[in-house]
Amino acid sequence: MHTLTVSELAAGLRARKFSSLDLTLHFLGRIERLGPELNAFVTVTADRALDDARAADEALAKGAGGPLTGVPVAHKDIFCTDGIRTTCSSKMLSGFVAPYDATVVSRWRAAGTVLLGKTNMDEFAMGSSNETSYFGPVRNPWDHKRVPGGSSGGSAAAVAACIAPAATGTDTGGSIRQPAALTNLTGIKPTYGRVSRYGMIAYASSLDQAGVLARSAEDAALLLEAMSGFDPNDSTSVDRPVPNYAAELNQPLKGLRVGIIREFFGEGLDPAVEQRVRAAIGLLQQEGAVVRDVSLPSLPLSVPTYYVVAPAECSSNLSRFDGVRFGHRCEQPKDLLDLYKRSRGEGFGAEVKRRIMTGTYVLSAGYYDAYYLQAQKCRALIAADFARAFEDVDVVLSPTAPTAAFELGAKTSDPIAMYLNDIYSIAANLAGLPGISIPCGFVDVGGKDLPVGLQLVGPHFGESRLLAVSHQYQQHTDWHKRVAPGYA
Amino acid sequence: MSLTRTQVEGIAHLARLEITEAQMPVYVESLSRIIDFVEQLAAADTAGVEPMAHPLADQVQRLRPDAVSETDQREKFQQNAPSVAAGLYLVPKVIE
Repeated sequence: MHTLTVSELAAGLRARKFSSLDLTLHFLGRIERLGPELNAFVTVTADRALDDARAADEALAKGAGGPLTGVPVAHKDIFCTDGIRTTCSSKMLSGFVAPYDATVVSRWRAAGTVLLGKTNMDEFAMGSSNETSYFGPVRNPWDHKRVPGGSSGGSAAAVAACIAPAATGTDTGGSIRQPAALTNLTGIKPTYGRVSRYGMIAYASSLDQAGVLARSAEDAALLLEAMSGFDPNDSTSVDRPVPNYAAELNQPLKGLRVGIIREFFGEGLDPAVEQRVRAAIGLLQQEGAVVRDVSLPSLPLSVPTYYVVAPAECSSNLSRFDGVRFGHRCEQPKDLLDLYKRSRGEGFGAEVKRRIMTGTYVLSAGYYDAYYLQAQKCRALIAADFARAFEDVDVVLSPTAPTAAFELGAKTSDPIAMYLNDIYSIAANLAGLPGISIPCGFVDVGGKDLPVGLQLVGPHFGESRLLAVSHQYQQHTDWHKRVAPGYA
Repeated sequence: MSLTRTQVEGIAHLARLEITEAQMPVYVESLSRIIDFVEQLAAADTAGVEPMAHPLADQVQRLRPDAVSETDQREKFQQNAPSVAAGLYLVPKVIE
């Protein structure tokens, strides 16, 4: 039952082959048995899941269910869930019970999904390996010695290990796509403004966007549609109709114009990863896609641009954690300044403090123009490169990450090495573009098969095309159907 | 090192973060490396480029009618507060 896709589970539920309660108990059992070794969940909401499942079964019995009714899901612990602990994997929020649901949570709930729990993540979504979590690292189901990627590492591990059929993620610089690549999932980050961020704890507000981690493009289409759409509670939400993504999956590959990003096939790319991505390009070509080389010369500026813009916004966003209204408060503060400093010093982990301080520095008097303003200009150059490329091609393609999953601890002492892991994913966030990562093969590392992902990026609001290309590719390949040994 | 210890102490103060003595050298080192790394942006030719403040060029901030749309949920919200009394948030004495 657990290896079925969301669409298969939904069809089984509607045909009454199994009840949502059966399904939910099955997944809760797997979470109990397999969850701890992966450390994928921060909070398991078993009682809530059973209530949701019973409600879904009632709806289904009346023939009232929708395409997701009764399907169990997990939420990244960055989304507020009314009455349920919401931690952002930080000591700062380890006791925080959200007073309302994020829009993403309420939309999936309205669609009839069952909430299994809240998944582990890098603290405040700052990280690329899920090692900055206050609740400890998440392990990759494909090799427990390796990271699942981050920051949506718990969601990725849970879905890859089939202990949740699908999960939400958020992506500020690759936090959906990179873990999807490292765990053999389909992960989509939609256009900035496509999905409401109300109730999604903010990291870098001009980059953050919510999305989906799933085991197929078809599932991603169903789930993305259910969370998308205008929300007056988010001032960056775009008022624009949501396409029926699932109905648009059959757009043919024939005639599709694919641009291969020259700058993303250079130094630092593992040759074995490149070979798998090149093989996928060959398949697209064989199916009638027109492939051409494209150059986006400003893309090498992406990572340094991001590490000015994101920390700057984070230093502002995280100023709300002051030890007064919610979150961790230090013991026996001697005055207000001491309360602020110690509450924040104790409540935040090392990487979060590092980014807050980086941001504070680049925004400080005398440095603003040299760093922040210059980064905003570089960002404009990157966005212009993409806009130019999309005059000639429908999508651009690259690897999602330069290597397969790396070992736990391999990059924790070197922040720059960790940052460079997002070298191919960050540009899409800077330009506000939608991106998707899909499985495209495996590399053998020390006798273990590790997944490789390829990334497609499209023009603003081009999710439908990205999903369709991915779905068509998945009709010709079965990489996405492979499940890590021991979890099938 | 592009940043001195004194500078990092100043940044930590501005950010209202207590950094312990033991941790301070680690932050001086890693923040210096990050600043060195982002320094490469200075070499980019951005003459005449408008800084990008929003990922979607044609987006404008929406306005809404100036009318009450939320109900009072103070008690619910204050359940997360470390210290409250009579509906007020408590902090150490500010004015002697």
